[in-house]
Amino acid sequence: MSVKTDKIDRLSELSAVKQEEQGVSLWTEAFRRLRRSPSAIIGASILLIFVIVAIIGPWVAPYSPTDTIGIREGVVKSGQGIIPGASAEHWLGYDHQGRDLFSRMLVGARQTLLVGVISTLIGLTIGAIIGGIAGAAAGLGGRVGRWVDNVLMRFVDIMLALPSLLLAVSIAALLGASLTTVMIAVGLVSVPIFARLLRGAMLAQSGGDYVLAATSLGVTRRRIALTHIVPNSLAPVIVQATLTLATAIIEAAALSFLGLGNPDSSVPEWGVMLADAQSYLGIRPGLAIYPALGIIITALGFTLLGEAMREALDPKLRK
Amino acid sequence: MPLLDVKDLSVTFARRGQRTVRAVDGVSFSVEAGQVVGLVGESGCGKSVTSLALMGLLPKQRGVTVGGSAIFADDTDLLKTDERTMRDIRGRDVAMIFQDPLSSLNPVVPIGVQVTEVLTRHRGMTGDAARKEATDLLNKVGIPDPTRRLKEYPHQLSGGMRQRALIAMAVACKPRLLIADEPTTALDVTIQAQILELLRGLVRESGTALIMITHDLGVVAGICDTVNVLYAGRVVESARRKPLFAEPRHPYTHGLLGSVPRLDSGRGEKLHAIRGSVRDVLPWPDGCAFAPRCDRQVDACVGEPPALVEGIHRHAYRCVNPEPATAEVSS
Amino acid sequence: MIRFIVRRLLQLIPTLFGLSILLFTWLHRLPGGPETAILGERGTPELRAQIRANLGLDEPILVQYGRFMQRMLKLDLGTSISTKREVTTEFIERFPGTVELTVMAMIIAIGVGIPLGYLAARRRGSFLDSASVGGSLIGICVPVFFLAYVLKAIFSEQLHLFPSSGRQDPTLGATRITNFFVLDGLMTREWDAALDALWHLVLPGIALASIPLAIIVRITRASVLEVLSEDYVRTAKSKGLTESTIRGRHILRNAMLPIVTVIGLLTGGLLSGAVLTETVFAFSGIGAFLKDAISNLDYPVLMGFIMIIAVVYLLVNLLVDVSYSLIDPRVRVR
Repeated sequence: MSVKTDKIDRLSELSAVKQEEQGVSLWTEAFRRLRRSPSAIIGASILLIFVIVAIIGPWVAPYSPTDTIGIREGVVKSGQGIIPGASAEHWLGYDHQGRDLFSRMLVGARQTLLVGVISTLIGLTIGAIIGGIAGAAAGLGGRVGRWVDNVLMRFVDIMLALPSLLLAVSIAALLGASLTTVMIAVGLVSVPIFARLLRGAMLAQSGGDYVLAATSLGVTRRRIALTHIVPNSLAPVIVQATLTLATAIIEAAALSFLGLGNPDSSVPEWGVMLADAQSYLGIRPGLAIYPALGIIITALGFTLLGEAMREALDPKLRK
Repeated sequence: MPLLDVKDLSVTFARRGQRTVRAVDGVSFSVEAGQVVGLVGESGCGKSVTSLALMGLLPKQRGVTVGGSAIFADDTDLLKTDERTMRDIRGRDVAMIFQDPLSSLNPVVPIGVQVTEVLTRHRGMTGDAARKEATDLLNKVGIPDPTRRLKEYPHQLSGGMRQRALIAMAVACKPRLLIADEPTTALDVTIQAQILELLRGLVRESGTALIMITHDLGVVAGICDTVNVLYAGRVVESARRKPLFAEPRHPYTHGLLGSVPRLDSGRGEKLHAIRGSVRDVLPWPDGCAFAPRCDRQVDACVGEPPALVEGIHRHAYRCVNPEPATAEVSS
Repeated sequence: MIRFIVRRLLQLIPTLFGLSILLFTWLHRLPGGPETAILGERGTPELRAQIRANLGLDEPILVQYGRFMQRMLKLDLGTSISTKREVTTEFIERFPGTVELTVMAMIIAIGVGIPLGYLAARRRGSFLDSASVGGSLIGICVPVFFLAYVLKAIFSEQLHLFPSSGRQDPTLGATRITNFFVLDGLMTREWDAALDALWHLVLPGIALASIPLAIIVRITRASVLEVLSEDYVRTAKSKGLTESTIRGRHILRNAMLPIVTVIGLLTGGLLSGAVLTETVFAFSGIGAFLKDAISNLDYPVLMGFIMIIAVVYLLVNLLVDVSYSLIDPRVRVR
């Protein structure tokens, strides 16, 4: 009978849907949601362009970023307030030392990316170590465990409120002003976020029912840590790292502006370029506007992607 | 005329890119003053949505549509009244008690303020008069040492106390209709009995009508006068309490009763479990939604939705192959 | 409540102790040691040796730490290398300007941010919501000093709506009492002076407020959205309460908890931002002074700055804790 077969079809269809839903893993599901999020796509596109420029920039740059052509050819006299703007040969004009601004922007992308990535890695590594120890200590429990956790988190709390400027000033006093100082300072600022995140994730995961279930099945602690806790803590760390890249680039620019960055402006980095431009704003605002736009758009890219990832991975928002 | 007459209530949720969900689909029932009416069913059957629709508390956004009518006290249609008027009705004429007493109380405001704010809003009481009335209310719902409790915060109260406090807020203005959405689910068994006893007392004393929403048949047996069993958004069986328990006609009701262990059943007898889960439903237009899980399903179950059959003593069920009527029952 | 504050103050002691050790270590690790910190590069070898002896650098480390603490407690920070004046005096003169600017920025950020975030959450998905979410994203990504330049170029240099630099028109000859110019104006009833000082605060205030504003909008929106889905808001609605009671007592009061925490955390960053903004607007707070101190490695000034930040942090933290416990009874018990 047709109704009967119809019904069987429908029932098997129902059970098929169920299995498929169960089979979708956290990452596949998150990725699927990411692809549908417009802000993730905009963010990822910006970053893709940025990374491509960072990789090929130095090769495609029409001029050397350190060559003071403008001064050699006598076109640029910044002392007298003469810095020519865009032309057919120099798409964005010269900078105050007669170097080709377009080439400096292209080469600067790589430096900027490096500053962001290295600072974030510094923060991530130190934060992960502190957070990991605190989380493990708290997880082990006992008097000593709680004490270690308390002291570490107290320390992290203090760091959380310290402005990057303060750290940078202290570090610059020890090491002198340089891009390294800036990267260390910016990295240290993000330590507390990563430490708290990792500790929180570890504590939440180790208290999770599935960890309890795994323990009761006789799975060893190390195996639980490797197969359950680490992968589950990874997602928030990746999200935070993406967001931190944005703030790192902006922070680095601010510190460069205060003269804590590279005193030798031959290495083009957008933050340093922006800082160098302060004295020539009245003559040629473009000197500040182009690097600033570069920083803003890149930071926006990281923020958009990071926020979209956070949303995609948030179990509360998942239906 | 009944105090509340719900006719053909339906609620649909439409979301972009997803199938439209009919959470409540043509539900009708009525409530008389002083009566306790049960809405029974598993989670997801539409019972809570029904209560929120009656209170006008469903999210007001595109995609949420409410149809049908719910005539309250002969003149007001709760589904079509504007928000301003509803605000006057809520808490004064119709009040609600929720499932989880801890999350339903504001954690950062003292109990006293949460009780008196209803009195201030609907009865214009302020200051000492409101405090005095709040003390009396807490007393009435069986909270010891009410003057002290008024100054305390929800986290300082036990689960049972919190639910009593919520009930005090709900009955503060002597509403004519009380809706209780799983009021005992989050509580310990002994506390559950006390809260049910309290509700029963309040109904008996004040003549308030009560809609009891629950999945717990024990609660139904203990308090309800009439029962509506919901499945996938429709009423599948409705009857007075005794006939329903003695002689359930719909296989779903039968299954629900059969899945409760009984002392008087034989030792070797198996518990009767309903197959599958609430998610294995057939859309109503294609037949009986319960068919995929039903032991008694026949060919006629699929094709078109079964109509509501009215039996003796207003015992109605929605099934083409009902459980046989066995014993004679007087209602 | 008082017992709570006292307990919190007592809990600050270990933190202060830890901080002093950090500072002490820092001072000793400086290139050239503490004698350079006091004398600067110019000190002759004889002078250096004398200072070393005076400081007791040959004595055991604990004794040295004791002396260091003594100096710190007496607020004796030494003399600035570049201005040759007492660092404490310099800060007393300059810090009020920075505080004024920071407070102005905080007022803008909180006053605009909380209502905007609330409205965005209540009208989720509306144009206002998308605009404030998008705007706050951009707000976070624009470097403060660049925004300061842009504001200055548009609103003071092009449109001449606001002054482009300074804290007050010097031709007013306003009386100075506390070095808080707005406060001074109010105290001496020189209304035009107070107003002029306030007028000078607008543009730098907006520039400095941009990042905190963006963060407050976002956290308020998220927090209100979270609270809106809470059961107790539904309970409040089921009681038929008025919109304003639900908003104030049931939504905002609960949503304030994370907002207060974030405001506390923002203060540190705000001080850094203030230094940047002041530089752009030639606003005589600690900004330009500090910028010079950084390039000259003026250690006494840097140390003073570190101490000020530490004290401000501790005070703000205390304030956050107190207001937190005022809002949430669950914190008070512990």
